[in-house]
Amino acid sequence: MAVLINVPAKAKRGDIIEIRALTSHIMETGFRHTMDGALVPRDIITSFTCRYNGAEIFRADLFPAIAANPYLSFFTVAKESGKFEFEWMGDNGYSSTASASITVE
Amino acid sequence: MPTTRRQFLSLAGSVTVIPIVTPRPVEATPAMLNTAIRNVVGEAPIRAGKVKLDIPPLVENGNTVPMTVSVSSPMTADDYVKSIHVFNEKNPQPNIGNFYLNPSSGRAEISTRIRLADTQKVVAIARLSDDSFWQVTADIVVTLAACTEEVN
Repeated sequence: MAVLINVPAKAKRGDIIEIRALTSHIMETGFRHTMDGALVPRDIITSFTCRYNGAEIFRADLFPAIAANPYLSFFTVAKESGKFEFEWMGDNGYSSTASASITVE
Repeated sequence: MPTTRRQFLSLAGSVTVIPIVTPRPVEATPAMLNTAIRNVVGEAPIRAGKVKLDIPPLVENGNTVPMTVSVSSPMTADDYVKSIHVFNEKNPQPNIGNFYLNPSSGRAEISTRIRLADTQKVVAIARLSDDSFWQVTADIVVTLAACTEEVN
């Protein structure tokens, strides 16, 4: 699954940085029907978590009202160099991860 | 012999009427919206203010509506935003998303893209670290609905 992560490569200690994460997923609502009336089963991402050097800094519960290819932007304070880990979980055992590094001066 | 009105009606009555079912999209009701909000907030009072909801007032396509929620908060260890909850009035389901922050978020602001099934109201509620709740409401006109369209 294609994932697009945007984290600044470098930041000053104490800076507030924006993190943007986008992943490709159909986010099938479970409320749509085919032409012959059959309900299309729900298939969405239900949870997103971001950890910074192991500590959770942002989490989201997602519902069918989140658009396809879920995009999330949020902020954090740059404290130390290290790694951001991203995790998406969803219906039918869906799970996907990504990571990005930052250098804090 | 011309058919009388009475004969015609009795004939029409004997014909099995095939109902024409137009699938009506499922729709959340304001009651569902209130229940969803109470599930998060409980009995606590919800005050207006502090929360800002940036969303276009008119959208052509409800499938991808950009939305930003920000809360005025110093985001310090003892005064910060714990979570942001977004709800809608008329999608099939009232919840849009729950977003959990903490003091190290630095800024209480989140952005995402949402789906709107109809012209309706969107409500954003923030829970602060002192467990007070603040909300803002926005009305959005949607030209092309999302969520319930047919799959081609």
